[in-house]
Amino acid sequence: MNVLIFYVLAFVAGISALMVVTLKNIFHSALFLVLTFFSIAGLYILLGAEFLAGVQVLIYVGAITILMIFAIMMTYQLSNKSIRQVNEQKGQATIVVLLFFLLSLATVIKTAWPISDASLPERNTFELGRQLLSTYVIPFEVVSVVLLVALIGAIIISRQDRQEES
Amino acid sequence: MGELTLTHFLVLSTVLFALGIFGLLTRRNAIGVLMSIELMFNAAAINFVAFTKYVSPEGLAGQVFTIFIITIAAAEAAVGLAIVMLIYRNFKGIEVDKINFMKW
Repeated sequence: MNVLIFYVLAFVAGISALMVVTLKNIFHSALFLVLTFFSIAGLYILLGAEFLAGVQVLIYVGAITILMIFAIMMTYQLSNKSIRQVNEQKGQATIVVLLFFLLSLATVIKTAWPISDASLPERNTFELGRQLLSTYVIPFEVVSVVLLVALIGAIIISRQDRQEES
Repeated sequence: MGELTLTHFLVLSTVLFALGIFGLLTRRNAIGVLMSIELMFNAAAINFVAFTKYVSPEGLAGQVFTIFIITIAAAEAAVGLAIVMLIYRNFKGIEVDKINFMKW
């Protein structure tokens, strides 16, 4: 049963990721990105990471894609079909990506991963929160500072320079 | 159909990562490039979560780092889209191959 669910989710994620990178209309790409993120959230549930699935839906689907759609609405002329979306490196890119894919596929399949017999902790989310505020408390604080700096930076970058305009 | 293994997830994330690289190399629209980067972030995050389940379930280290990845991705999207806005204001377009004012 789990395998069937995995194949359905993987199929949806793969096809919609393909749509994200190939579709002509960038707005449709953003919508397919939502579908990809949703199926990845499903995969997280399958892997026993319920909290991460929730975070995935809230932050990726709810925030990042909406931000992207806002940016598309503000910058991209949706009615202007003459704007080309792909550059002329499609052939070379296909070759490079195919080579990378085959190489890393071979690595993934050949490597003998040290599979552990232990199972995830019973109360997964509880354990995650405990780890985050005990073992990983310093990275946790650092990442919050990074987020703050990034948000201030985003405001400063996108602010209109009033003196320059007048 | 057999049991669900680590390899299933690793192959899927390889596919997503390869598609992300393809989008990164071929998109002309800066927002399209950012979306491809998000795809690659997600492929890496799937790897982390899969390794947590199958290789080292004790400390949940992979899941903790997935939270960090998601945070950094949010920061990257905010700064990236702010830069896209600025580029649009200055160049009246966000085609990345037209933005070559640093070339000489």
